[in-house]
Amino acid sequence: MTDPEPILHAAQRLGAQRAEAFIVQSEETPVRFEANRLKEINARQTSGVALRVIVNGRIGFASSTKPGDVSELVEAALETAPFGPEAHLDFPRDGPAADVDVYDPDVEVLPVDEMIEVGQSLIDAVRAVEPELLCDAYVRRGDSTVTIANTNGGMFTYRGTGYSAWLNGTLIRGTDMLFVGDGDASCRAQLDLKAVEASVVSQLENSRRTTEARTAELPVVFTPLGIASALIGPLTIAFSGRMVHQGQSPLVGCLGKAMYDARLSLWDDATLPYRPGSRPFDDEGVGSRRNPLIEKGVVRSFLYDLQTAGLAKAESTGSAERSMAAQPSISTTSLVIDEGEMSFKEMVGSVKEGLVVEELMGAGQGNVMGGDFSGNVLLGYKIEGGEITGRVKDTMVAGNVHEALKRLVAIGSESRWVGGSVRTPPLFFESLTVSAK
Amino acid sequence: MGDTADRSEIEAAIRGQRADYLEVRLDETATNRIVYRGRELEEIGRTRSFGGNVRALLRGGWGFVSFNEPSELRKRVEEAVEAAGHVGKETSQFAEVAPVGDTVPLELKNDPRTVPLAVKKKMLDRYNETILSVDGVTSTNITYSDAHKRVLFASSEGSYIEQERIDVVSRLSATARKNGDMQQASMSLGALNDFSYVETLGETARHLGERAVELLAAPYVEAGTYPVVLDPILAGVFCHEAFGHLSESDFVYENERMREIMVLGRQFGQPHLNIVDGAAVPGLRGSFRYDDEGVPAQKTDLIRDGILVGRLHSRETAGKMGERVTGNARALDYRFPPIVRMTNTYIERGEMSFNDLIADIDEGVYARNWFGGTTSMEMFTFSAGEAYMIRNGKVAELLRPVKLTGNLFTTLMNIDALGNDMDFNQGGGCGKAGQMPLPVSNGSPHIRIRDVVVGER
Repeated sequence: MTDPEPILHAAQRLGAQRAEAFIVQSEETPVRFEANRLKEINARQTSGVALRVIVNGRIGFASSTKPGDVSELVEAALETAPFGPEAHLDFPRDGPAADVDVYDPDVEVLPVDEMIEVGQSLIDAVRAVEPELLCDAYVRRGDSTVTIANTNGGMFTYRGTGYSAWLNGTLIRGTDMLFVGDGDASCRAQLDLKAVEASVVSQLENSRRTTEARTAELPVVFTPLGIASALIGPLTIAFSGRMVHQGQSPLVGCLGKAMYDARLSLWDDATLPYRPGSRPFDDEGVGSRRNPLIEKGVVRSFLYDLQTAGLAKAESTGSAERSMAAQPSISTTSLVIDEGEMSFKEMVGSVKEGLVVEELMGAGQGNVMGGDFSGNVLLGYKIEGGEITGRVKDTMVAGNVHEALKRLVAIGSESRWVGGSVRTPPLFFESLTVSAK
Repeated sequence: MGDTADRSEIEAAIRGQRADYLEVRLDETATNRIVYRGRELEEIGRTRSFGGNVRALLRGGWGFVSFNEPSELRKRVEEAVEAAGHVGKETSQFAEVAPVGDTVPLELKNDPRTVPLAVKKKMLDRYNETILSVDGVTSTNITYSDAHKRVLFASSEGSYIEQERIDVVSRLSATARKNGDMQQASMSLGALNDFSYVETLGETARHLGERAVELLAAPYVEAGTYPVVLDPILAGVFCHEAFGHLSESDFVYENERMREIMVLGRQFGQPHLNIVDGAAVPGLRGSFRYDDEGVPAQKTDLIRDGILVGRLHSRETAGKMGERVTGNARALDYRFPPIVRMTNTYIERGEMSFNDLIADIDEGVYARNWFGGTTSMEMFTFSAGEAYMIRNGKVAELLRPVKLTGNLFTTLMNIDALGNDMDFNQGGGCGKAGQMPLPVSNGSPHIRIRDVVVGER
């Protein structure tokens, strides 16, 4: 079922006025280490087709990963159409795709032995600093082809590669558990392993001592890892055009208004070369672009897929993402926060009493749609008299991302990629609620 | 799944390979899904997933190959064996289990497949309208799905098992908004092989709408340490997050330090505390007849009289730790190998009435229902869908959602009273190692915990 033509023909023959097929074929090879040793080599082959049909102005949907399932797929999509949502979209004709590099032939031919070596070398490097650290590591290469075709004549296809490595370490003393970790991801067969090692080593060094925080409103520095773990989710959901259209985003009516610190700029950019979130067009075939979300504190745009854009009388921003399980939804690709002027060292140096947050656990629970974040400091440090004095535990940090980003002391001058999809410098918040035992 | 794979073909493919152990798993899932957001029906669709995998064990190393194209099964088997050979440098330790040949039929109560799509949609339309009709509600989100799954399992030891299940899951949520402030109330529900509960959600829908509006006027809790009473649903989530994950042996078996912490016989709670996990408890979301290694479902005591007495195992963790298998190796679907997971995890009931539980609390928090939860083993956090202050022994004002966090080792000890009621949370899905949402349930009576860190938001 890798050829969309017979599917589109069958859909039209059986009563669809319009149809669109979304086809993904991928292969990936993850290599997994457990307790410092190689544990498992995997090979995953996946393929599937999702079909949208429009019948009498309503959208039907079905998908299948079962080979040769064309007639069942088409029948299922047509069967759901009479109950489906009203269509407020038209499928794109062949349009200009952005020129985006996401394929590296070297990834395909990466030997498994080299991937094993990458995992082992990461583990060895951090264990040289802390021999009692117990490490899990994951090295993965992947290759996928995405095809979108519709009855308007639109035909979009591209191939992308991915390569990533992750290291997680656990250090247990008595019932005290320390979790450290970092990783890198790219479309190319090149990873910055030295940066991963250095990050994990610095986490270990900052955690040598355990100290206590107290319940108070305190200044807090979020590192790039901390921002990705706690702030990006509640912030970006507010920029979903769907949330805005439904009145569920706190940014309703805020387009063009200064809502954040005037130094803050945030972009969603699917055109950056070789980033895992990049692509020439989105999962509906709409060309990728660089979307400004916040420019110097001002809300600049919301993100749309075709259907939501139709409902909201807006234009698709090329932000449709989909899996086999559901219809397209709005998603960010690569988020970039512009750099500021203060180094991380200067931030820490200027705090009399405060925290550094590397990871908040459970930050995605609670009123995320309203921008609230709160979590247990899984990895974070105390700042006393301008220095990091040790790791804090049993401590919660809470705030509202939309409020907190109005009261920034500074934006960091050094950015990095986190998780392959967020590039950000540290952010220095004037005061957040810290609760400790 | 006779149309896609023939028994003799599968058995031939895994015969005569140079692996210590081999298994093939094929699964096919047909899902109906309906989603509303606000006044709009956002999505209605049918998805079908079919795929399989081969897992091979050789000299302690694993090879795992998954696929959507089931042709050339023997080649896939060879790939998995080769990968395992590349990894394995030791001796395989894999607990002995008697091979099983069985076909487990669906034990249906109210079959969602017999309810026409039009009827399901009409029902959900009504609930959506009910929530939206509450004055002050600005939006809703309703997600309904039923998934019929058939799994075929065959091993090189001669097991051949076919199982079926239907998971019926719903989540209803109401949003209220006023002057830029936004509050949400939501509820997740689920059932195994039974559509019935979906027919009677009218009251729940109205209650959610009203609560979202009430929350706009509710205060934040003052962050700090409080005595806390949890309702059975949230206490179930607490039991799952705070303790359950730690009892999964794959966190323990290769980790000397962890073995010392989780040594059987260690006191974890007061003598009134008993915690159990078991897929053999029938009719719950975490129930099944055989796990994904073909091991029969059991019921395992984890904590008895406050003492750690057991843990959850796959065949590998049981083999390596020299303990009995418990039937807890589960895979989300064909794309993943089975790993140690919980099934139905619960705290056994105690003797105290709810009024007695709160009677001597001067200032505390009564937290109900769940929003989410997560754990790092030592520390956990979970959030309540609904919370109230307790003042002078009485439930007092409604609070905005609260988050509870703590250290497992002190918090379990601090459970100082257990209620005489019992309920199960069936609306959750557990996530681990990228495998989410796995159907589980968790349950408890009302419980009281001293000195819990409560955060706002």
